[in-house]
Amino acid sequence: MSGIVTMNRRDFLKAGAVLGGGLIIGVHLPLGTAAGMEPPGETFAPNAFIRIGTDDSITVIVNKSEMGQGVYTALPMIVAEELEVDPSIIRVEAAPVTPDYNHAEWGIQATGGSTSVRTEWERLAKAGAAARMMLIAAAAREWKVKPDQCRAEKGFVLHRASGRRLSYGKLAERAARLKPPAEVLLKDPKEHTVIGRPVRRLDTPAKVNGTAIFGLDVAIPGMLTAVVARPPVFGAKAKIIRHDQAEKVPGVKRVIPIDAGVAVVADSFPAALKGREALAIEWDEGPLAGLDSGRQRDQYAEMAKKPGAVAARRGDPDTALKGAAKRIEAIYEVPYLAHAPMEPLNCVASVQPDRCDIWTGTQMQTGDRNAAAKISGLPPEKITLRTMFLGGGFGRRAVPDSHFVREAVQVSKAIGKPAKVIWTREDDIHGGWYRPTFHNELAAGLDAAGMPIAWRHRIVGQSIAIGTPFEGGMVKNGIDETSVEGAADSPYEIPNFLCDYHMAPAGVPVLWWRSVGHSATCFVKEGFIDELAHLAGKDPYQYRRQLLKKHPRLVGALDLAAEKAGWGKALPEGRGRGIAVHESFGSIVAQVAEVSVGTKGEIRVHRVVCAVDCGRIVNPAIIAAQMESGVAFGLSAALHGAITFKNGRVEQSNFLDYPIIRMDEMPRVETHIVRSTEKPGGIGEPGVPPVAPAVANAVFAVTGARLRTLPMTPERVLAAASGK
Amino acid sequence: MITLIVNGTRHQVSVPPDTPLLWVIREVIGLTGTKYGCGMSLCGACTVHVEGRAIRSCVTPVSAVAGKEVTTIEGIPESHPVKQAWIADDVPQCGWCQPGQIMAATALLAANPKPDDAAIDEAMEGILCRCGTYQRIRTAIHRAAGTTSKGGAP
Ligand code: FES
Ligand code: FES
Repeated sequence: MSGIVTMNRRDFLKAGAVLGGGLIIGVHLPLGTAAGMEPPGETFAPNAFIRIGTDDSITVIVNKSEMGQGVYTALPMIVAEELEVDPSIIRVEAAPVTPDYNHAEWGIQATGGSTSVRTEWERLAKAGAAARMMLIAAAAREWKVKPDQCRAEKGFVLHRASGRRLSYGKLAERAARLKPPAEVLLKDPKEHTVIGRPVRRLDTPAKVNGTAIFGLDVAIPGMLTAVVARPPVFGAKAKIIRHDQAEKVPGVKRVIPIDAGVAVVADSFPAALKGREALAIEWDEGPLAGLDSGRQRDQYAEMAKKPGAVAARRGDPDTALKGAAKRIEAIYEVPYLAHAPMEPLNCVASVQPDRCDIWTGTQMQTGDRNAAAKISGLPPEKITLRTMFLGGGFGRRAVPDSHFVREAVQVSKAIGKPAKVIWTREDDIHGGWYRPTFHNELAAGLDAAGMPIAWRHRIVGQSIAIGTPFEGGMVKNGIDETSVEGAADSPYEIPNFLCDYHMAPAGVPVLWWRSVGHSATCFVKEGFIDELAHLAGKDPYQYRRQLLKKHPRLVGALDLAAEKAGWGKALPEGRGRGIAVHESFGSIVAQVAEVSVGTKGEIRVHRVVCAVDCGRIVNPAIIAAQMESGVAFGLSAALHGAITFKNGRVEQSNFLDYPIIRMDEMPRVETHIVRSTEKPGGIGEPGVPPVAPAVANAVFAVTGARLRTLPMTPERVLAAASGK
Repeated sequence: MITLIVNGTRHQVSVPPDTPLLWVIREVIGLTGTKYGCGMSLCGACTVHVEGRAIRSCVTPVSAVAGKEVTTIEGIPESHPVKQAWIADDVPQCGWCQPGQIMAATALLAANPKPDDAAIDEAMEGILCRCGTYQRIRTAIHRAAGTTSKGGAP
């Protein structure tokens, strides 16, 4: 990426819009956003992403939602590198919703798929470099010297020969009058001083002193607060609503039926909650009234008896299986999972006759803005959506139907006042949009040497894309690509291979959940390959290595994890190690988990060693943090997480029965990064998939009990141990 | 009217006496550093100090703290070793749980200036972090206390 890059037209549109002595280029910032508050003429805005004030302030406008993954640090670092400023002085602003800030590949403004650094790197580097060149050109003109006799350093332009220097702020107005360069020169990576360093997060101070504003923290004058009585069964509709008692609750202002259920609007959250409790609603429960997890499990198993839509096939697995020296079959199951971000969903909307303002933590701005336009009856450009800090996302705040924004807009429109809709934790756990449950049937055959000659993997589960605007791109020939990702493209070299898929009936709302399909397929693939290794009597690490010969990066990560974990070395009595490796979102993560199992079947994970190859890196500290985060998230699912149904109702409701891991359950996580010059990969999600299989494989190593169902509860551990 | 002393400032609030302290702090007084995560004393996001002790404000009726000293994240000085350690170790990810974590950690160190890993587990296991910042929290508490960690689950 170093060297001359030709700027394309889209990067620097509209040069020349002079406003009172300053220049704003290519930015269409709606009034009222933070970005629009700067007085014109004092700011150098060479492109949509950078603004330099006469006060030397450097602002980077970030088009990605900060939900903990570090985009408000990593993306500004890319700008800082080329702009030659200390990243710690950068102010970050959330981008407004305009096409300038669309995802570089998706054509909408959105954050997800661990794509932020990968897809923004080039655009932001160019933006920073162009700004630097314009500042240098402005200084050179001022000093009447050649630009190549000047250089930029730490927010100043310096003239080598004379020792003169001018700060960026002093140059801002002059630079604003220049034309953006047609070509930009990016730095040689060897000269990088910011990229690749463990730069501190820019959002830490605000998150430590309590001043960071999340969606739930937004309060605007005249605002009322609402909670929604949501259907007890997915798809249920309110038949009879008795709201007289609710309306008598002090503080309750209105009770309004909306698409999502019945909104109780009050002057405080506690009053709204009391009002909701006082509602009496009869529901028409609809077709899912009898939903039951046990029966659904049987239904999936029944579907798995027939061949599914073929996602990948090589050779002739059925014949090879028949001729195999050893055969093995297994069923792997994973449950529905809630994302449970710590900040429950919420949205503030203010619908007025000529405009609509939205404040929320969302991962999908364009769709949400458009949904607000539709409901308010206003054109999209009259909608101002401000992206606040997200108290966790994990996919839950990227919803194809914009439901948490729609409901706030509906309430505000109905009451003619600003409204904040808050989800309680129970609303969140009951509220759907889960990681789908999957039933997997596996069969494999080994040759006389113990190496696999056949592998068959049948997957049954709901599609997250069907019936959404993403169906066209994600579902092909009856296969949702996310249901089979990580399984159909297994890297293990097995000559006869089949992965097929049955799309289970829709009904329960399902969604991408941190690492999406990989969260399920990696557990299955890495668990079953471990079973094969043991059946062959081989070391599971070496066995994988042998089957990955054509994938040096996978082997590299595997080797690094094994080495750092001391694979093969003695462990204290009662401890075992398990290994897993997986590629997802352009990155490879191998993990070795060190585990012990208590007499009551309780699993204790002591240590997880991660080796990650995510190509060229921006910030190793953020990578380490995301590995720690991925391990914790993956472990909550591996050990505790399950959403189940009885009589159509979700059986869990809060952290009591949908536990996530706690301080005392957090293993020591060590992260080792493979040095690489490959394309950058994602980092927010790839740490999640290998956790569950690494732990399951370690449990097998220490107890001989093979766990094929998540979560790995003590009961399941004991059952597996007694049946081994 | 109920009198509250929050971060040293007296407030007169007129709310039903059973209103959870959390929502008085957030909605009436307007200090939003204290967070909501579960409403049932299950997550610790709402942790504040009452007379120096860490409590869950989501299940504490405001009437129970009338006239008592309440401290929220905004009332912990920036120079406090715990806040400084949190910055040094770059603890937060999404940040939502962090005010509760910091309030629990400051209360812990006030009561036990040199906690070992077991004491940290005991004081902190009620404060959930979905982003999994626990390892850094442990390191930061040790940093603030001037002790060292063995790290990880025992
Ligand atoms: S909000 Fe109080 S403990 Fe969760
Ligand atoms: S930092 Fe996100 S919940 Fe703790």
